[in-house]
Amino acid sequence: MTTHFPILSVLLWLPIAGGVIVLLAGRVAPRWVRWLALFFSVLVFAISVPLWTQFNTGTAAMQFVENLPWIRTFHVHYHLGVDGISMPLILLTTFMTVLVVIAGWEVVHYKLAQYMAAFLIMEGLMNGVFSALDGLLFYVLWEAMLIPMFLIIGIWGGPRRVYASIKFFLYTFLGSVLMLVAIIYMYVKSGSYDILTFQQMPLGMTAQVLIFLAFLAAFAVKVPMWPVHTWLPDAHVEAPTGGSVILAAILLKMGAYGFLRFSLPIAPDASHALMWVIIALSLIAIIYIGFVAVVQTDMKKLVAYSSVAHMGFVTLGFFILFVIFAKTASTSGTVMGVEGGLVQMISHGFVSGALFLCVGVLYDRLHTREINAYGGVINMMPAFAFFMVLFAMANVGLPGTSGFVGEWMVILTSMKAGFWIAFGAAFTLFLGAAYTLWLVKRVLYGPVGNDRVAAMRDISKREFIVLGLCAVPVIVIGIWPAPLLDVMHASVVNLVHQAVQSKL
Amino acid sequence: MNPAMPTIFLIIVLAPLAAAIIAGIFMRFIPRPVSHWVTTLGVALSFVLSVYVLWQMLYKGMGNLNVTVYNWGVVDNVQFQVGFLMDRLTALMITVVSFVSLMVHVYTIGYMADDPGYKRFFSYIALFTFSMLMLVMANNFLQLFFGWEAVGLVSYLLIGFWYTRPTAIYAGLKAFLVNRVGDFGFLLGIALVLTYTGSVNYAAVFAYAPQLAGQHIQLFPGLAWSVPTVICILLFVGAMGKSAQVPLHVWLPDSMEGPTPISALIHAATMVTAGIFMVARMSPLFELSDTALSVVMIIGAITAFFMGLVGIVQNDIKRVIAYSTLSQLGYMAVALGASAYAAGIFHLMTHAFFKALLFLAAGSVIIAMHHEQDMRRMGGLRKYMPITYVTFLIGSLALIAFPGFAGFFSKDTIIAAVHDSRRAGAGFAYWCVLLGVFVTALYTFRMFFMTFHGKERFVVEPGGKHDHGHEDHASEEHLAPGHLVHPPKESPWVVTVPLILLAIPSLFIGWLTIQPVLYGGFFGSSIYVAPSHHVMQRLTGEFHGAASMVKESVTSPALYLALAGVFVAWFFYLYAPRLPALLAQKLSTFYQLLFHKFYFDEIYAFFIAGGTRGLGNALWKGGDGAVIDGVLVNGSARAVGWLSGILRRGQSGYLYHYAFAMIVGLCLLLGWLLLR
Repeated sequence: MTTHFPILSVLLWLPIAGGVIVLLAGRVAPRWVRWLALFFSVLVFAISVPLWTQFNTGTAAMQFVENLPWIRTFHVHYHLGVDGISMPLILLTTFMTVLVVIAGWEVVHYKLAQYMAAFLIMEGLMNGVFSALDGLLFYVLWEAMLIPMFLIIGIWGGPRRVYASIKFFLYTFLGSVLMLVAIIYMYVKSGSYDILTFQQMPLGMTAQVLIFLAFLAAFAVKVPMWPVHTWLPDAHVEAPTGGSVILAAILLKMGAYGFLRFSLPIAPDASHALMWVIIALSLIAIIYIGFVAVVQTDMKKLVAYSSVAHMGFVTLGFFILFVIFAKTASTSGTVMGVEGGLVQMISHGFVSGALFLCVGVLYDRLHTREINAYGGVINMMPAFAFFMVLFAMANVGLPGTSGFVGEWMVILTSMKAGFWIAFGAAFTLFLGAAYTLWLVKRVLYGPVGNDRVAAMRDISKREFIVLGLCAVPVIVIGIWPAPLLDVMHASVVNLVHQAVQSKL
Repeated sequence: MNPAMPTIFLIIVLAPLAAAIIAGIFMRFIPRPVSHWVTTLGVALSFVLSVYVLWQMLYKGMGNLNVTVYNWGVVDNVQFQVGFLMDRLTALMITVVSFVSLMVHVYTIGYMADDPGYKRFFSYIALFTFSMLMLVMANNFLQLFFGWEAVGLVSYLLIGFWYTRPTAIYAGLKAFLVNRVGDFGFLLGIALVLTYTGSVNYAAVFAYAPQLAGQHIQLFPGLAWSVPTVICILLFVGAMGKSAQVPLHVWLPDSMEGPTPISALIHAATMVTAGIFMVARMSPLFELSDTALSVVMIIGAITAFFMGLVGIVQNDIKRVIAYSTLSQLGYMAVALGASAYAAGIFHLMTHAFFKALLFLAAGSVIIAMHHEQDMRRMGGLRKYMPITYVTFLIGSLALIAFPGFAGFFSKDTIIAAVHDSRRAGAGFAYWCVLLGVFVTALYTFRMFFMTFHGKERFVVEPGGKHDHGHEDHASEEHLAPGHLVHPPKESPWVVTVPLILLAIPSLFIGWLTIQPVLYGGFFGSSIYVAPSHHVMQRLTGEFHGAASMVKESVTSPALYLALAGVFVAWFFYLYAPRLPALLAQKLSTFYQLLFHKFYFDEIYAFFIAGGTRGLGNALWKGGDGAVIDGVLVNGSARAVGWLSGILRRGQSGYLYHYAFAMIVGLCLLLGWLLLR
């Protein structure tokens, strides 16, 4: 039933096809592997740009829709479409994949073709997750995505990669099994796997609570929320740089995206009833994890914990809407929280991705992630220091960088929900600065730490391009987030109305 | 209105930004002179245009302007914008900021001449000027917060400018984190403003302000607080961070690790006064809460007096001036607390000139002494550097509020305003600011005499290696004299010209402007004072011109306290220089208390820094490690292992085990069927 150019299908399948071609090229023409991977990733990014330029910001309806029957017996459809919530995430995915391909250029030698192919295939699957509008298709892609990531950590990872990859796999898999149960339950009830049908179907309170908890199990692990976050530092530490970038920039967003696509509209009453659970967990993530991040001695662990704390803002921004609605019986002021959470997701994608790339640059030179092994890097690598300080400031949430926008909107909104919620959230001002700038101080500043630091070369042109490409969106979103917000408005307003519309 | 005005505002802001980008991004490709020319010209352009704007406002009847540049974002009917509010308060601030910045740019050409980070430095100070102008020109809280954080960022970068010095980078981090504690309150205050007024634009917020008065908020069950009080106290917490009020003052003395030009520009004249400016800007809100104003006044009074005391025992010339800055910021806060906003801003302006002068003159001394900052290794410098000596003296007299000098007019007005104020805490504040005059005179002239008069406590040894003496804690008696390779000499013209240009306003600006600024309704509508709080109006009746104010000062206690301070300084440091050490010994508890700056740093290091790390480790090792991973994750893995260990025993592989199990099962099944 598709009359327009099937852009979403292309974004789903072209990278996978590209991945297969790169794999084959690895056998036939190994010299072409890098260029092929770059070609496909750039091509996919170029194809994804019209999603933005041709996006109709006036409607909350799904756009670029493709809908074909897939398994007729079970009424499964190949149903794709995007709205203002998922579209920016697809662009984030296609953009970050280009960076990952460039970042792995000279660094990865072992099974290069497979490495590049894994990222391309994963790109397709991630695009699919963000555009799937059929419950079963979503689930299949959601689980399929685990495989390349599992391989990336397990094959190109560090010394404890087996423990980390299995922990990652089991954690995320156990969570998503319950989600499958919930999806099947809703299929049995409604006779369809269509997510938009799920959103419309009436559900009793018990059913809603069970569905909400089942989805929570899947999404909380992915976000990750406290206390199911402990797989993340291990996975990041062992993953290669590219793996960490994709993990932090995209995979963590899936859980948060799931809340908006499933939990809030499908189980609004349960979301309302359980809002304090999520808000409490979000604040714990911001404060508890903030303290934990301060004492990390491993750069990647520090950035990983900082990711958990930042994602706390995302879930907080989503769920304070219920508190405000309960308090004022109006949705006025709630959109800012949800959009703040969304902007935080996009921003965190760029900023944490960039920070992992920075750690990668350092790791490629000294082969250690221990903070103590560095010191005074700025003396040898001034250009690198410029970028790292920039991204650190974005991580701190300094105005003028993208990291500020989401935090600002969420903190302002949470004051509407209650003084003490905002008070808790504002802890990030101090903690975020403490762990990020202490890291910067120990790694970059001071006299040259040791002979190995003294031998460090500043970033190459390739590394400059990668970090520079990250810096552009970080600054642009920081000084002018309006275009990004405009894209989201219609969908978020619609979502908020769904979320406060009781299904009982 | 001149239709070009919005463009002029944009140029005022963007000229330094463009200069900073050129000097920063193209650092590798441009020669040194280009970096100082481009930034200095950029800031000079801002200054000229600022003067033009001020002139238009004063003499051409230009009214207040509120222009929007662009929409940053619009959500939920809340408009976040970038725009400028130009009124008398802003016009005064941009003129002061761009003038001091311009002086510092010129000065830096000489001061940083030998520094490898020359171009980076110019890029930073131009960036600072941009940020500060954005802050003072903002017409909404978003942009205010942007400027607020941006000046904090540049301050962080500049304090840690010499990034190989551990003390400098530590001081930079400390400044940033302490300011973030203040921002914690500031941001919550802004959030409350938005929650209760529905806007972050000044115009809308101030228009709504009167309706806030009767509203209450319950922070703790059963305890209702007035909304304006909570908002204003939270906003003031931000000001306490930025303007270094007790107990968030600890970062400012350490910020002296940065190069001297930025101590003058950022940590004396402009950035640290942002908190004072902000409170004055928010006067429509603060006027709604007597409680909040009392808090402002008491905090300011404590800072004014007690930080001055600490200044008396410092030996590093820059640290003395730093503590003096703290104390003077306290004076400004006291003025705000007494609803004498105009006096606070007036003192901000005079202080900007004479404090920038003192810092730059101190910098000139430091160059002459080959980066020696310890006054115990100086002395007798007046004959080597006459211009620095005279300008320093002018700055000192202005600082101690000697009649006729700039600081006199502003500080005396503050003291009179507090004297008149009937606000809770005004009695305490009055004594603090009054006795503070003695303290100010004492530490200022102690510094002046130790630096420029008395014996030379350094040796000139051509060819000898000179020692970059940093702060050491040797007692005053046992300190080796300093060693210099060349005798001290007067600094080059790029250094002395800014000194002279700053000395002129330090001498005359009070004379010239007190009448219009304080009593001529200069600020107009830009500062709002509730009729019942109008201290300045009451003072108007007592004011009969600048000259008579000088004449009347002979009957005021402040003058005699200042003279007493100068005398004590002379007696102890020139007449009987052995006395201070003796006194320190006799009053050792008191001396130690001051020498350790009331132990703020030690307490913070233990509780805040130590506490954060302790808690972080406890949560990490205990929470994440032992409980979540140890018990829950690996525990469930162990539980699965244990369970499968039991189940495995059933899978023995022996046929007779399986046969036996089948027979038992069959028996049970048959038994159940028969017996049911």
